[in-house]
Amino acid sequence: MATDLLTITDLHVSVDDKPILRGVNLRMQRGETHALMGPNGSGKSTLGLALMGHPKYVVTQGAIELNGVDLLAMEADARARAGIFMAFQRPVAIPGVKMADFLRHATTNVRFPDRKEGEQLIPMKDFRKELRAKMDHLRMDVEFARRYVNDGFSGGEMKRAEILQMAMLQPKFAILDETDSGLDADAVRLASESIAEIGRNNMGLLIITHHDKLLEHNPPDFTHVMLGGRIVETGGVELAAELYSQGYDRIRRTYPEAEAENRAMLDHDEPQLSAVERE
Amino acid sequence: MTTALQPFGFDTDSFEAFLAQRAEPDWLLSMRRQSWDTYSKLAWPTRDHEEWIRTDIRTFRIENFRPPIQAPPASVAPPGLLTREVELAGACVSINSHSTSHWLAPQLASKGVLFGSLPELLADNADRLRPHLERQIVLPGYDKFAALTSAFWIGGQLLFVPRGVRVELPLHSLAALTADGVDLQKTLVILEEGAEATMLSETASLSVDVEAGNVVGSAPAESRGLHAGITEIVQGAGSRLRYVNLQNWGTGVWHFAHQKARLERDAGLQWTLAALGGKTAKVNQQVELAGKRSECQVNGVMFTEGRQHFSYHTLQHHQAPETRSDFLYKSALQDKSRTVWRGMIKVDPAAQKTDGYQRNDNLLLSDTSRADSIPGLEIEADDVRCTHGSTSGNVEEELIFYACSRGLTRREAVRLIVTGFFQQVLDRITIPSVRDALVNAIAQRVREYR
Ligand SMILES: Nc1ncnc2c1ncn2[C@@H]1O[C@H](COP(=O)(O)OP(=O)(O)OP(=O)(O)O)[C@@H](O)[C@H]1O
Ligand SMILES: [Mg+2]
Repeated sequence: MATDLLTITDLHVSVDDKPILRGVNLRMQRGETHALMGPNGSGKSTLGLALMGHPKYVVTQGAIELNGVDLLAMEADARARAGIFMAFQRPVAIPGVKMADFLRHATTNVRFPDRKEGEQLIPMKDFRKELRAKMDHLRMDVEFARRYVNDGFSGGEMKRAEILQMAMLQPKFAILDETDSGLDADAVRLASESIAEIGRNNMGLLIITHHDKLLEHNPPDFTHVMLGGRIVETGGVELAAELYSQGYDRIRRTYPEAEAENRAMLDHDEPQLSAVERE
Repeated sequence: MTTALQPFGFDTDSFEAFLAQRAEPDWLLSMRRQSWDTYSKLAWPTRDHEEWIRTDIRTFRIENFRPPIQAPPASVAPPGLLTREVELAGACVSINSHSTSHWLAPQLASKGVLFGSLPELLADNADRLRPHLERQIVLPGYDKFAALTSAFWIGGQLLFVPRGVRVELPLHSLAALTADGVDLQKTLVILEEGAEATMLSETASLSVDVEAGNVVGSAPAESRGLHAGITEIVQGAGSRLRYVNLQNWGTGVWHFAHQKARLERDAGLQWTLAALGGKTAKVNQQVELAGKRSECQVNGVMFTEGRQHFSYHTLQHHQAPETRSDFLYKSALQDKSRTVWRGMIKVDPAAQKTDGYQRNDNLLLSDTSRADSIPGLEIEADDVRCTHGSTSGNVEEELIFYACSRGLTRREAVRLIVTGFFQQVLDRITIPSVRDALVNAIAQRVREYR
């Protein structure tokens, strides 16, 4: 089981012809926990979205492989069925679609990757039972399942819903993009514990975070620092500790070129950034 | 069965021949003649008419159709979409304007409920029905189609529920057209004071094995047809009606409909209008809230594709105090289809403390579809609450990606998002079989999105 391997090689990604990632290399085994850190706008979410197959994030160079199979040739849905999952920094709402219906469909497709459109979904009774158990575990009200996907959810509810989806879909590799932001202290602890329980040992976790709580419960085997669209440094758990106690000053000073690129990207789109910061 | 075409179309000779064949009371014949006179004087609507600016019917030729005087080429129709696993209190079927079957639970008949083919019921209850026919809340002179239908209606349904009678189970009517068929019909739904009922009505196009006189399935989508209809709903004080219309003709059918309801004091109407079929559909839907505290909820569900064109003109007319109206129309448009929705809330000076709401949301599933939404208010009372709004937009790629990232194919994702778009209006429909039928019909229609 621990043999599943995700490799990212010299990955270059552009959005609207604007280069964001400039040669990212990363190698993750299932069962490992990796922290991905870096200042705002350095490209962390971009890496996650490119991994998941967001059509706006165009890979211009490089490779992503899961056990040697080319993920770039697959659409997002095929990647999900191959075992990739991303908990989004800003999940979108799907009005009118009940969480339970959505998840039943998703769970069926991911568990039965060869299912054809229109074929049966997993039986309602079994699904409900499993969903309820997992919701209990995350201390989510059952009412949640009847609400529309992310529609009118509070920031915290949204993040918990992302964890619930991860728990149901049981991916091989999960990218958690600031799944701890927008949560109060109790909720962060609960989320961190749940992620540890669901994911650790069982999945490869790529945790994007600006805080320490999530990593406290999920101590990273590796910490990567992103700046200006590159991973400029990789270390162990002590690197993560350094970054949230001392910030990115040392990194910025050590890698002036990457720092200049990071700055250039930020200057480009002030409005986008302010939206990010407001969160 | 012979299929010799009749030698005449819609002209005065054929009209007189039709009347001669009808055996109807004089008062009705003279009403028909008056309407025919109106019809003869009116011009066909053109794009100069305010209601027809966006609806082009230049390719519509009445000469291409013949009055459906002959018996229909088939006698049975397949079951409709709205009644799967539904226990009914009565049902009726017509093909090309002619009633082919109808039944009503005997215990309702014994309470004085009338349900079935309007012309057949009229033959036995002429005096009783006369005031309801003479009322004509849809004016024959409204336009050429209203006049044509008022003069020349051949089929149609009647539901009459006497004072205080509650019909628990739904009643169902299916109107079918065969290739080149014409459905000219008048439908009356009359609920006396305190009466309650649920009526599900739908349309379908059929293909017929003419030799055997059997229905062999649904008609080739493009087979030609014409529907011109008038529906009048009249509700007495405190009555409750749930009325469902599903327009599901083949895509070669011209559909011209005038539908109007009048509600007395404390009456309540839940009216669901779903439209999936037809080539060009021009519908006038009006509700008169004539009595204090009467209320009407309208749920519109539309899905257009190919080159379909739907044009809806709605009027919620508040005539009395404390009346409420709530119109919600949602359309999804695929291919090169087009919808026009023009809604009006009219509040008379006497209608204080009314609450009027209207909304039209459109989801464009292609770059070549187009939805025009024109909400309007005309308010002459000062103490009222009226809100209106409309939206049009595409399926957002971010939503599709989110669903795909959870393992749904693009098509499954779009289908889910489209049904989600309709959910708000479907949630308001209190009849599960209708909801299910609409969800299925919508999901089946959604194709590849870009
Ligand atoms: N969809 C997009 N459209 C335009 N620009 C984008 C888009 N996505 C990312 N970018 C730009 O790419 C750069 C990297 O953004 P990204 O969201 O990957 O940063 P991040 O490291 O996740 O930052 P944060 O810590 O603030 O979440 C930024 O300059 C951002 O504005
Ligand atoms: Mg980010």
